[in-house]
Amino acid sequence: MKDLGPYIKEHKFLQGMSNDHFDLLLGCASNVKFEAGEYICREGQEADKFYFVRHGRMAIELNLISQGAVTIQTIDPGEVLGWSWLFPPYVWHFDVRATELTRAIAMDAVCLRNKCEEDHNLGYEMMKRFAHVMTKRLAATRFQLLDVYGKRN
Amino acid sequence: MENVISPTKQSEPHSEMTPRLHTVQSLTHETRDTFTIELTPTDGGKPNRFAPGQFNMLYAFGVGEVPISISGDPDKPDRLIHTIREVGTVTKALAHLRVGSTIGVRGPYGTPWPIDKAKGNDLVIIAGGIGLAPLRPVLYSILSDRRKYGQVVLLYGTRSPSELLFRKELQKWRARFDLEVKITVDRAVDPWQGNVGVVTTLIPRVSFDPDQTTAMLCGPEVMMRFSIMELRKSGIPEENLFVSMERNMKCGCGLCGHCQCGPLFVCQDGPVFPYPQVKKLMNIREM
Ligand SMILES: Cc1cc2nc3c(=O)[nH]c(=O)nc-3n(C[C@H](O)[C@H](O)[C@H](O)COP(=O)(O)OP(=O)(O)OC[C@H]3O[C@@H](n4cnc5c(N)ncnc54)[C@H](O)[C@@H]3O)c2cc1C
Ligand code: FES
Repeated sequence: MKDLGPYIKEHKFLQGMSNDHFDLLLGCASNVKFEAGEYICREGQEADKFYFVRHGRMAIELNLISQGAVTIQTIDPGEVLGWSWLFPPYVWHFDVRATELTRAIAMDAVCLRNKCEEDHNLGYEMMKRFAHVMTKRLAATRFQLLDVYGKRN
Repeated sequence: MENVISPTKQSEPHSEMTPRLHTVQSLTHETRDTFTIELTPTDGGKPNRFAPGQFNMLYAFGVGEVPISISGDPDKPDRLIHTIREVGTVTKALAHLRVGSTIGVRGPYGTPWPIDKAKGNDLVIIAGGIGLAPLRPVLYSILSDRRKYGQVVLLYGTRSPSELLFRKELQKWRARFDLEVKITVDRAVDPWQGNVGVVTTLIPRVSFDPDQTTAMLCGPEVMMRFSIMELRKSGIPEENLFVSMERNMKCGCGLCGHCQCGPLFVCQDGPVFPYPQVKKLMNIREM
């Protein structure tokens, strides 16, 4: 566990967090690795973890009957995967696959939720950061839905 | 406005409104609906010289005329190269040309990308869809004079992997150590292993010195607007941002007013504009 400290501290998502909060996060963290093609989670499964990507790439997929698995977004190093762990019913909404060898820090969701309940400052820090990511992704999704490269109407 | 090449000086004795006949030497399909044509003048002369960002009016006989940017290398003046997406009447007619067919060409017109002004700076080039075509000459020019620029980054977004233009060149560019190329698509199915997401998501993933960076953007206006927001967040001053605007055109050379957008004639004052000049106009719909 000890050697995870530097990884957590240097992750872009967590920049500017206090050392106390880093220590709390560290208690819920583990190092994980996914082979290319390996599924990290499946739609409908319990969202008991989320991930800080360190190397590699994760693809968020949606299964369409007509087209099979369609990738709608990729997550790169320095980014975070998953916010379903924050809100009931705590289930993943998409399939997520490693497109290449991917290393990440997995955060135990129950552990972190409990720590956030106990320490509201930590909870607020996490919420602020996730809210920022969520608004950015929402804007990106809206933009994607516009299908801007299609013909003009 | 450096490097602007006036059509009248170049194409004597042709007047500004008289098309010069060109023969199609090759027509290559880039994607399902986009193709590249290579042309040479039928009079045996050389094509008119151009600066990156300028466009020609291409005339499909009996059908009509359309403005199309030049997508070739300004240092290889033997052939005039255009990359065209089939969207309507004239572009469809151009898509049906064959080797040996003749079309009319007027130009080049318009303002170029500020590649001289960008010397000494980092450069961020953002292209969306067919928008890579007008920016390809910028890449050719910069790569032939690479030491004059700092970091050079190309961010290219398109709808899906099958709609990527200039695949072979993109591969070559990606293999270079002095050019960072990031590509993203809006959605993908296997075997695509690259980025998926809108082009704006690539901006925070690349490094440049914001105060010393020039950005050039070409693509759908909404893409440019979102990208500019992200570039501004990263600290690039507004005056270092340049965009290429598209408006319907008729004469292409400032005579008819068809392309007027507020106080500007896009064909003459543009199509490449410093962003502050068109900031307020970018949201205005065409009449
Ligand atoms: C300065 C300038 C440079 C340009 N450079 C290029 C270039 O390098 N390559 C290129 O392919 N195009 C380029 N264009 C766009 C090109 O001029 C138009 O696509 C063309 O005029 C359409 O003519 P059309 O007769 O084929 O279609 P129209 O019959 O006029 O239109 C048919 C349908 O296509 C839609 N449409 C028209 N234009 C576009 C467009 N640009 N994008 C999406 N949908 C459109 C219309 O809304 C309509 O629904 C440029 C335009 C400008 C102003
Ligand atoms: S197209 Fe005629 S003035 Fe611009």
